[in-house]
Amino acid sequence: MNQSNTLSLDSASKRAADTSIGDSWTGKFARYGMMVVLIVVMVLPFLWMLSTSLKPQQYILQTVPQLIPDPLSFESYTKLAERIDLVRVFFNSFFVAIVGTAGQILVSAMAAFAFARMQWRGRDVVFVLYLATMMIPSVALVIPQFILVRQLGWMNSYSALIIPALFSAFGTFLLRQSFLGLPKDFEEAAFVDGANYFTIFWRIVLPLSQPALATLGVFSFMGLWNAYLWPLFVARQDAVMTLPVALATLQSGPRSLTEWNMVMAGSVIAVLPILVAYLLAQRWFVQGVVSSGIKG
Amino acid sequence: MAGERGLQKWKWVAFFLAPSLSGLLLFICYPILSSFWLAFNDWNLLTAPEFVGLANFEELVGDAAFWSALRYTVTFIALYVPLVFVLGLGLALFLNRRARGMLAVRTATFLPVVASWVVVSLIWKWIFNPSYGLVNYGLKLIGIEGPAWLFEPQTAVYAMVITSVWKDVGYVALLYLGGLQGISETYYEAARIDGATRWKSLRHITLPLLSPTMFFVAITLLINYFQMFEQVWLMPMRDSAADRQVEVIVSEVVKNAFSYNRMGYASAMSWVLFVLIFIITFVQLRLQKRWVYYESE
Repeated sequence: MNQSNTLSLDSASKRAADTSIGDSWTGKFARYGMMVVLIVVMVLPFLWMLSTSLKPQQYILQTVPQLIPDPLSFESYTKLAERIDLVRVFFNSFFVAIVGTAGQILVSAMAAFAFARMQWRGRDVVFVLYLATMMIPSVALVIPQFILVRQLGWMNSYSALIIPALFSAFGTFLLRQSFLGLPKDFEEAAFVDGANYFTIFWRIVLPLSQPALATLGVFSFMGLWNAYLWPLFVARQDAVMTLPVALATLQSGPRSLTEWNMVMAGSVIAVLPILVAYLLAQRWFVQGVVSSGIKG
Repeated sequence: MAGERGLQKWKWVAFFLAPSLSGLLLFICYPILSSFWLAFNDWNLLTAPEFVGLANFEELVGDAAFWSALRYTVTFIALYVPLVFVLGLGLALFLNRRARGMLAVRTATFLPVVASWVVVSLIWKWIFNPSYGLVNYGLKLIGIEGPAWLFEPQTAVYAMVITSVWKDVGYVALLYLGGLQGISETYYEAARIDGATRWKSLRHITLPLLSPTMFFVAITLLINYFQMFEQVWLMPMRDSAADRQVEVIVSEVVKNAFSYNRMGYASAMSWVLFVLIFIITFVQLRLQKRWVYYESE
């Protein structure tokens, strides 16, 4: 098979050449056609959201949809700012996602360190307990966690949104795998130099595990930023409301008709940070989602 | 000396483990036990819980709303899982080729995975709008009068399945891609020397060696979709027939817990779902021996 069109000659590209439609003109044409179709199908709904958000209300309800808004209008964003306290909601979402992510990484990393880098009796039993909790579907936990948070007096507070998210069996598992792969030599040398466990954790293990920490961080941030079910029940007041919950309330407007340009404006604002983050740090997003086996 | 160091070490173990372990006990172990206990109680959050034995489970058996929710959940799964399973595989095989621009396709197919279910639900709710949505406009261009989509139960299910496939296909493809990249090149070379066609290579090399991944994908999809919630909660048009009729198990749990304040009954329902998921996982694990081919080490 002719390989002149492949860019590099490693094994992956050789295999790619073997299984591709081939180098015929029609094959290439079909492939590029398919690529265009896929990109359009995946991106068009997002473009349509953006386009709708930039139209004045009377131009939304057109039987012939226009992708490029004409006239361009930001009235939906102004209306949105009147309906919800954007600054507040935005801050809440960021605060919860960032503090929650940082906390989850720290808590998981500490436990992972105890499981991967220390020898103690009962370690494996405790770790099996961690693994077992990964099997529990989240729906079984929503009601009792809600009751617990209520008993603790955390309703409508950041605590309700952040603290239950700090523990993650998955995060502990992921980081333990990574910590296990580090060589022992550094540690032994550090002990000889009089370092304690914390120094080793903080100065050696964490810096050497940045890829795993980034993977967990991105996965955790995404989960907290996108969360809906849990915040819907524990953070309903404006002071602590996060973006997804605020966004979902927009549908039930004062008038029975949904103002779609405003709903789409809210969607743009809610999805933009995560999309930008994804485009900048694609690799970690992909790894985070794939290694979890849980959808975001 | 050794004893002192031993004690020292236990202090360190406690130090590293305490935050995580207290979280595990307080936010996982205690809730799961209390929800088990709650399933045998009547509790409206205001008065004291009242022990009712198996009454919640007995009520569940005769609860038409629960059976309807279960039926809708199974219908969703029956439509969604085969679709996304096959389309995801096709997409993965396509993405696995090296060609200019393929990275952009991969980036694009993963965009909906990153977006939240709330945003995705709202975007597609607008796209499925019967009068002004893109879908019915497209149908009209080819001379079809589009249905009322999110107003009617049956078409609402189709709309939600399409939305779910759109959101998840990139994720499923990525799971497959991991498996595809683990297949050794030598098999394909041997097949080529033997004169195997591309289809034969796919049928006799790729698919058997990919079966562990397929198995993992199938389990993950089933477990995830028995717990589907957001799209069903957000997409049907308010006060329409679809809104009144289409419920899945989790939305039924949520309604009982937070709209009717029936914490005990909702807990019982969530335990039934838990057991259901457990049984499916178990059956899958048993069945996999029949069709999953594990490469010997």
